[in-house]
Amino acid sequence: MGYVKSIVAIIIFTLGIVVFFCLFTVQEWQRVLVLQFGEVQQAITEPGLYFKIPVIQNVYYFDGRILSLDAEPERYLTSEKKNVIVDSFVKWRIADVQRYYTAVGGDETAANIRLLQIIKDGLRGEFGKRTIQDVVSGERTQFMEVLSTEASKVAQGFGIEVVDMRIKRIDLPREVSSSVYRRMEAERERVAKELRSRGAEAAERIRADADRQREVILAEAFRDAEQLRGEGDAAATEIYARAYGRNQDFFNFYRTLSAYRTAFKGRDVLILSPKTMPFFRFLQEPQGKTPP
Amino acid sequence: MAWNESGGSQGRDPWSGRQNNNDQGPPDLDEVVRKMQESLGGLFRSDKYRNPNNYSGKLFFGLFIVLVIWLLSGIYVVDQAERGVVLRFGRYSVTTLPGLRWHWPYPIESVQIVNTEQIRNLEIGYRSTTLGHQPMGSVPAESLMLTQDENIIDIKFAVQYLIKDARDFLYNVKEPAATLQQVTESAVREVIGKSKMDFVLTEGRGEIVDRARSLIQEILDRYQTGIHVTTVNMQDAQPPEEVQASFADAVKAREDEQRLKNEAETYSNDILPKARGAAARQLEEANGYRSRVVATAEGESNRFLKVLQEYEKAPEITRERLYLEGLEDILAVNTKVLLGSDNNNLFYFPLDQLLGGHAPGHVDSLAPIISPENSAPPSGPSLRNRQDLRNRGER
Repeated sequence: MGYVKSIVAIIIFTLGIVVFFCLFTVQEWQRVLVLQFGEVQQAITEPGLYFKIPVIQNVYYFDGRILSLDAEPERYLTSEKKNVIVDSFVKWRIADVQRYYTAVGGDETAANIRLLQIIKDGLRGEFGKRTIQDVVSGERTQFMEVLSTEASKVAQGFGIEVVDMRIKRIDLPREVSSSVYRRMEAERERVAKELRSRGAEAAERIRADADRQREVILAEAFRDAEQLRGEGDAAATEIYARAYGRNQDFFNFYRTLSAYRTAFKGRDVLILSPKTMPFFRFLQEPQGKTPP
Repeated sequence: MAWNESGGSQGRDPWSGRQNNNDQGPPDLDEVVRKMQESLGGLFRSDKYRNPNNYSGKLFFGLFIVLVIWLLSGIYVVDQAERGVVLRFGRYSVTTLPGLRWHWPYPIESVQIVNTEQIRNLEIGYRSTTLGHQPMGSVPAESLMLTQDENIIDIKFAVQYLIKDARDFLYNVKEPAATLQQVTESAVREVIGKSKMDFVLTEGRGEIVDRARSLIQEILDRYQTGIHVTTVNMQDAQPPEEVQASFADAVKAREDEQRLKNEAETYSNDILPKARGAAARQLEEANGYRSRVVATAEGESNRFLKVLQEYEKAPEITRERLYLEGLEDILAVNTKVLLGSDNNNLFYFPLDQLLGGHAPGHVDSLAPIISPENSAPPSGPSLRNRQDLRNRGER
């Protein structure tokens, strides 16, 4: 029994070691290549538990998720020979592990460098065909689609699938930016000036209108006032004429006396010759005869 | 046989394990137990190499303890806001809901727990906290962008997102958060690049945010990132710092325009009522004049008519009386010089004195000539003058 048991134990122990060295798991996010003496034996894309021959076979793990290539911003010339700084990124994943391994050695950095060259060439070509206006606003989406399909074609050779290629930023170089700023400033100044002048215009109109209204009001008031005065004068004249017309002779006399009173108000020196004035007749003679 | 025995003894562990689990009351216990019972064979197989060559009860007990610890290491807790993603031999098996959970311990199964309800925040164009070596404040490289009319604009965005699918989030994209940042920048710039500056700065905010959000979501779904963008906020949209002064000035100009108009209105409101007041005064004065003139005319006429009425009764005497009264009044108040002789003798008139400062005194001093009762004691020099005058007058 003891012997049997030890034999069983040894068998089981070796089995355990074999299992430990022969089995390997492929995780959900992994792609795996099994190599036998450098020769690709098996490309695994499905996760799970797998078997290999220890020592003889080697297992290489690759990242099967979508990976990013975030390129450094680069200068490109547009069709109107303007410089733009473009920052783009590429999303890619390993489509064919075997080809990926053979083409770029299974190295993510190496793959990125190769991809970057493709993208740069593509961008340079596409920018050369387009104006800034086109790439900034107009055909941005188409532009990116064209680039990603083109890149995809080339990248297939490396076993890479380009999921998407997008332009993150399109910026103008610093020196162009500053002239854009100056243009924006000039535009704002124009707007500001226009607004102020329009304000001045409106203000002048309002003032002028007010002045005109004042003139009209005052002139009309003057007109009406003069008319009223005239009416008064006319009425008075009529009243006087009616009254004084009753006795012309007495009016002359009466009114003249009244006029004297008003005319000589006490500040005047009268040089009189008593002999000719009836008023003084008694001054010379009690009989009051006026000398001839 | 020994393996069966040991298997039997192992078979009891899950029971005790279940009792433990039962105390803590997770909902999925039955399933866990079933799973353990089904997989018993597999269990001891993976365990067998730990039992090399000793069959003593002590060793079995030790193995038993190790097994229990190993099994217990598969217990994990999924929080209310979390989901657990279980992989069996690397292959996705199940996503577990909140509660106390158990999975086959390493190396059979593994679990990754992801918070799917926590809303995460991504800032574009600024940082509200200090992250690593990046300081707080704005990040011009991210926030400055070109508009359709080739103006540059400074925009800051905040994106709120949560993980809608833990499996996608974990296994489809490497660095999903960085991807979101890239996608957001790209999408926002695409949207801004299709809009005019004034639109972005003023009425277009809501629309731009909507368009950016749907574009971001569309791209993320294409990558199957498992991220759901809940909101995109435009924190701040303004012209770049370099031109802000001019923009501010333009805004000021708008205010100035209004101010100038208001000032003119003020002027208008000031002078027009005054003018209307002055006009009313003129009219009132004219009215007053008319009334006065008419009334005066009526008064004088009536007076004249009354006198005339009486005059006509005795014309001679009345005329004489009126004449005398009239001259009386005149001569009473004026300075008089009476010429006594008919001949044209030359005589001296001190006219300057008569008309000068002494004139009133003269009136008084000369008055006795005509009306003696109206006399006042004359002063020295004026008396002499008066006497001179009288002498000459009498001569």
